[in-house]
Amino acid sequence: MLRFIVRRLLMLIPILFGVSILVFLWIRLLPGSPAEALLGERATPQSIAQIRHQYGLDQPLYIQYWRYLVETVGHLNLGTSIKTFRPVTEELQQRFPATVELAIAAMIFAVSFGVPLGFLAAKKYGSAFDHGSLLASLIGISIPIFFLGLILKYIFSVRLHWLPSIGREDVLAIRSHPTNFYIVDAIINGDPEALWDTIKHLILPAIALGSIPLAIIARITRASVLDVQNEDYVRTARAKGLPPHEVDSRHVLRNAMLPITTIVGLQTGLLLSGAVLTETVFAWPGVGSWLKDAIFDRDYPVLQGGILFLAIVFVFVNLIVDISYAILNPRIRLS
Amino acid sequence: MGFKKLALLAGLATLAILGMVAAASGGTSSKQASNALVFGAAADPVIIDGPLVSDGESLRVVDQIFQGLVGLKPGTTQIVPLLATSWKASRNGLTWTFNLRKGVKFQDNTPFNAASVCFNFNRWFNFPGPLQSDAVTYYWNTVFGGFHHPASGVPGPDKSLYKGCKTKGQNVVQLLLTRRSSSFLGALALTNFGMASPTAIRKYKADAGTVDSNGVFHPQGTFGTQHPIGTGPYMLKTWQVGNKLEIDAFPGYWGKKAKLQRIIFRPIADNAARLQALQSGEIQGYDLVAPQDIQTVKANSNLKILDRPAFNVGYVGINQAKPPMNNLKVRQALAYGLDRASVVSKFYAGRGQVATEFLPPLVQGYAGSKAVPKYPFSPTKAKQLLQSAGLTLPVPIDFWYPTSVSRPYMPDPQRNAEAFAASLEQSGFKVTFHSSPWRPDYVSQVSDGQAQVFLLGWTGDFGDPANFDNVHFGQFNTQFGFKNARLFAMLRTADSETNNAKRVKDYQAAEVYIMKFLPVVPYVHTKPALAFQKNVKGYIPSPVSLEQFSTVFYSS
Repeated sequence: MLRFIVRRLLMLIPILFGVSILVFLWIRLLPGSPAEALLGERATPQSIAQIRHQYGLDQPLYIQYWRYLVETVGHLNLGTSIKTFRPVTEELQQRFPATVELAIAAMIFAVSFGVPLGFLAAKKYGSAFDHGSLLASLIGISIPIFFLGLILKYIFSVRLHWLPSIGREDVLAIRSHPTNFYIVDAIINGDPEALWDTIKHLILPAIALGSIPLAIIARITRASVLDVQNEDYVRTARAKGLPPHEVDSRHVLRNAMLPITTIVGLQTGLLLSGAVLTETVFAWPGVGSWLKDAIFDRDYPVLQGGILFLAIVFVFVNLIVDISYAILNPRIRLS
Repeated sequence: MGFKKLALLAGLATLAILGMVAAASGGTSSKQASNALVFGAAADPVIIDGPLVSDGESLRVVDQIFQGLVGLKPGTTQIVPLLATSWKASRNGLTWTFNLRKGVKFQDNTPFNAASVCFNFNRWFNFPGPLQSDAVTYYWNTVFGGFHHPASGVPGPDKSLYKGCKTKGQNVVQLLLTRRSSSFLGALALTNFGMASPTAIRKYKADAGTVDSNGVFHPQGTFGTQHPIGTGPYMLKTWQVGNKLEIDAFPGYWGKKAKLQRIIFRPIADNAARLQALQSGEIQGYDLVAPQDIQTVKANSNLKILDRPAFNVGYVGINQAKPPMNNLKVRQALAYGLDRASVVSKFYAGRGQVATEFLPPLVQGYAGSKAVPKYPFSPTKAKQLLQSAGLTLPVPIDFWYPTSVSRPYMPDPQRNAEAFAASLEQSGFKVTFHSSPWRPDYVSQVSDGQAQVFLLGWTGDFGDPANFDNVHFGQFNTQFGFKNARLFAMLRTADSETNNAKRVKDYQAAEVYIMKFLPVVPYVHTKPALAFQKNVKGYIPSPVSLEQFSTVFYSS
């Protein structure tokens, strides 16, 4: 196991090198540059040339890449935003916890509803419940997140005034955030009011963001349970007279969990790389909306630093998924 | 686990969520403190340091904390005293003497005086290289231009309008210019030129920083992020990027104290999200209301719309470097062929007025006279003009418009372009469309002179005609591709005139000439909208968005 982890961590080096080249080239292949993006309709050929010169964008690409590499690897510095002058690491410290908190909440929602839904659909295969759940999951996958977000907000915030529609906490509250994980901060500070306030702010964005993973998980669970429950060992267990709930929990669900774990891992990795639409609709200060703005602003340091960081996160999440295989099914040898 | 147990579990989970939602009921989302106002901003400020920003969201905060020597009468572009009580230009127009207000203190309790004025001007003139680009110090570059120690490619002191600053005792200061200019006085009303505490600038290292190998500036100080100190009615309390920025009333403010103790700016990028936050009561106001949302706000008895006076112009740009646009008759035909009245009435939800001149009506220098050619929609006249120019109909033109953008002066550029194309095709033109995303492609292509006929516009930076006319037509500009010595000279003379009455006449003459020469065809001035809760009073929209929250209060 340890060997496997070390090997995967070492693989990070070529992966990150490749990602850095891809991101570097990709953003420079986009038309325009920070100069035009920053100046907008006030851009003149002179001011564009001046800014391109200032940031060395008039240099050959290999020189620009070398400078970027020296800055990132040599000085262990992800860079500073051209637009805001704020260091990328400082922005990540602020924003990544928001994204993690939202991603976890969305996955808790998706798993706690998706797995039972898929399992029940499989157990009631061909029934109205099965068809209904298939239809619901189809709708879950098809409905645009921003639309769902707006509808949820309209019902629960605008009409009912039950839940907040924007942000991570009550704007009038004055609280300290030592970790920037607001739930953790509320627990550390022993502040139940802050904890409840944070949870309330999480509910709607988590439902909106979790709707697609929920639908996917439900469908995968259904298919996986259908496969497993017809296996010989399940029939054997039933024939031996094991109570149905034990057959389901020990033999069906546990074996069906492998593909579900894969999909949960992949979805979590995706959610951790930022949920642009959800973050935008709910004014959630995460990495997704931050990177989206950076694309429009052609803020090269933010894009390069931010995406590199997310690549690392993605690799780690996948590593955790691989390790979890071994825990779920000891027959799998990671080495 | 049996079906029933799982069903029970799922049911319990649903109940738990519904329970939480129900328990959250009780108006948590519509809390409104009596002494605080939450305002929905479209983004975080870049930095709270006036000379280093040009975006509206930064300036909205800067406007509350800093003040300039002169200000604007609320809701107008009329210059009024602020930190200076009076001012006078020398006969040659090169020395401007300002008498300063006495008893004014910065928010760090240091005194405001003549020395602090000179300190600020010299700070701007001496900005280090990384801060000299248009992207950072746009307003200094636009109004004064030139730095004491210019970086490569940046104009130096010989090109700067600013020559120096002299103190005459504690309360009199003289600004020395290298040439006559009057437009700078209007620009001084912008809080980009607001006075900052010299002590705070030094203490919090406002301009200190290093430049990395990629040319990016890494600031070391905290002046613009944690300690922006000015003389305004509010002072910064906290700024949590992405979450909120809070300002508190400054107890030592020299003028009328702020009516609300705290203003909170909350970044909400999405238009629909800002609207919903207003409807739910989480914010009490927001700017940049989308045209399609105005009716929704108006229909809600708890909300209201405030109009910001029109201070922009939407125009069809013409590049005379691309024949046959160098022919005046073709440009006139284009003007007659654009059905401007129809576009404005159909696509601006009653918030636009047809532009007959480049300047908006409230800017001094607007001619508004019969001498201004009007070009009402006339396909017949357009065709006659094209034929008299010796061209065969239809005359092909390339018409450019941007995508992925909505500006106050063109909420939906594609619709405008299509409508204009239809009227031009009736008028003897054959239109070929070109489009690209606004940021950064379109802007770059147009400013490079690639577009022959294009949609663009301008929102004024400050209330002076030079900021419209001279910026666009005061010198050769690749996007318009003409060199008209007469127009350049007219605008130069008008800008340098220090007698305001004469200056206004000069600009009025220039306006008439512009509409005869037709470097562009202006077609609309629009009123942007702000939305508020109905009980919010005292907010006065400004044409240049220089709006004070210190006068805002709640009606009982």
